[in-house]
Amino acid sequence: MATADATSSRWGIVAEFDSAAAIYEAAKKTTDEGYSRVDAHTPFPVHGIDDQLKQRPSGLGWIVVCCGLTGILLAQLMMWWMNAVDYPIWVSGKTPYAWPTTIPITFELMVLLSGFGAVFGMFGLNRLPRLHHPIFKHSSIHRASDDRFFLSIEATDPKFDSAATKSFLEGIGGTNVEIVED
Amino acid sequence: MTAITVIDEPEDPLRRAPLVEGKNDFASVTETIARVAEKRTPRGWYLMFGISIALLLNLGAAVGYLVFTGVGVWGNNVPVGWGWPIVNFVFWIGIGHAGTLISAVLFLFRQKWRTSINRASEAMTIFAVMAAGIFPAIHVGRIWVIYWVFPLPNQMAMWPNFKSPLLWDVFAVSTYFTISALFWYVGLVPDLATFRDRAAKAGRMVAARAYGLFAMGWHGSNRHWIHYEKAYMILAGLSTPLVLSVHSIVSFDFAVSLLPGWHTTIFPPYFVAGAIFSGFGMVLTLMIPARKWLGLHELITLNHLDNIAKILLLTGTMVGYAYGMEFFIAWYSGVEYEQFAFINRATGPYWWSYWIMVSCNVISPQFFWFRSLRRNPTVLFIISIFVNIGMWFERFVITVTSLHRDFLPSSWAYFSPTLIDILTYVGSFGLFFTMFLLFCRFLPILAISEIKGVMPEADPHHGHGHGHDDNHGGEPSSNPTH
Repeated sequence: MATADATSSRWGIVAEFDSAAAIYEAAKKTTDEGYSRVDAHTPFPVHGIDDQLKQRPSGLGWIVVCCGLTGILLAQLMMWWMNAVDYPIWVSGKTPYAWPTTIPITFELMVLLSGFGAVFGMFGLNRLPRLHHPIFKHSSIHRASDDRFFLSIEATDPKFDSAATKSFLEGIGGTNVEIVED
Repeated sequence: MTAITVIDEPEDPLRRAPLVEGKNDFASVTETIARVAEKRTPRGWYLMFGISIALLLNLGAAVGYLVFTGVGVWGNNVPVGWGWPIVNFVFWIGIGHAGTLISAVLFLFRQKWRTSINRASEAMTIFAVMAAGIFPAIHVGRIWVIYWVFPLPNQMAMWPNFKSPLLWDVFAVSTYFTISALFWYVGLVPDLATFRDRAAKAGRMVAARAYGLFAMGWHGSNRHWIHYEKAYMILAGLSTPLVLSVHSIVSFDFAVSLLPGWHTTIFPPYFVAGAIFSGFGMVLTLMIPARKWLGLHELITLNHLDNIAKILLLTGTMVGYAYGMEFFIAWYSGVEYEQFAFINRATGPYWWSYWIMVSCNVISPQFFWFRSLRRNPTVLFIISIFVNIGMWFERFVITVTSLHRDFLPSSWAYFSPTLIDILTYVGSFGLFFTMFLLFCRFLPILAISEIKGVMPEADPHHGHGHGHDDNHGGEPSSNPTH
């Protein structure tokens, strides 16, 4: 596959590390070297590695806040319109729209929609589900869900150069350094 | 210091006990947990599954008979209109609460020991809420119009009455079920990826496809972990007030009425404490056999059981306080109906149920003042059964004893369950255990990635500053997050 065409179909280079401490150091060295399209693939979130990889914090909170506010608004509109406008119900000595009685359902719908926002927002931001991904072609990537830690540098990185990047990753202690095809 | 060397377990109370015992590394944790689902199905599993399925069929038969005949097949009758179905509903929904407490509240409080029990407890929550949900649905009598409880257009052109606590309950329980299921699923995704990768490696392609589908293509990318951890934190933050609201709203079903014995402001906190108590009881009932039979004792350690026992002691004593306070308030209120309701509860025709409740819920957890008993799985298991029994009786006492003495003595009656009542209740255990056994067989029963995250070698600074963080410390002290 070492033809000229293969260059364009490269996804990136993936290196394996054997501990959380090793990938933490490697991540720092890689971004210090100037690489920007860098990611780690780990069996659990390694703490503090976000900064080493220069990855930004999640904006998921904003999605959830919007969903929660929608839930509150929707609940209030629903109860007001159904019990006070469309079919007024006079019961238990309260006016058709009595705000204290709306609190429990308003709270529940706020939680429900926020929860949807958190879960579906998370999958959306992560571009999941995506059952196929080039990184699965790496020979030992299955251990990323077991006990090994991987660092990937994508081919779209401006500093990417097959040979140089490969030897750089080997130089910082990576093993099984492989070029992954797209 | 002196020359005495302590070889045995360290007694320094400030030193954290290890969360994972034995010589375990990341690979062995994966192996221990995945092996449960990968090895040949044990005979015992088939036996238990057979019994559970039989009970589940029994539930189907009892419910079918009810639907075709009517609610007259139960013991419910004036004045006791809420009999076993509501007792069972509150019993099951309460059991669910411990799962959420472990997964959400202990997460927010950074109680890392939760990692080895949260997965199974969340599964327990979901299955318990399923079992709970059946009862109010069939209790309406005409189950074919159950959709009237939802704000859906219907032939009467009417909407539900949103001022009713019973309707709040519909929203609370359905939200609770949905959020619990989502929270559980989000937690499962990385572990399903582990199962997928192991199945693919071993050439079990059907399993790999099935796990792979639900793992959604997870490959542990740190960009994904950033959003994932945020989502997990937010879900924990949402579930915490949610779980408190659910049992508070369940208690409103009673407390918002004007019935002596129900109309009390202590109900919401008392119901929540009781729910956590009963749920932790059920966690012990499930986890003690599971850790023994599935070889998980290095992950679910005696320290975990010890902690659960302390929570049982705390919440059991809280419900004991509530039982006492109810009597005090009834006396202090000066309302003779209230006073009668409570004295009748303890000394009337249902005195036996009241004292079963007190013995199981208040007296039995007091054994947990002793460390040796908290760390004895046999004692824990026996007391956990008492807790389950006691909490069922608590709901029976609240529901039935408050109703059987109506305001007019001419309406007084003695409630007795029918065979169908009993079969339906026993059948609900069939549903619960069928689901739980399927979960134990096919899914990662412990949170693999979370357990790895609390092991000392998960700390990126592990092994650098010596003496700062020793090998036995369960908690990497330099990184307080997660």
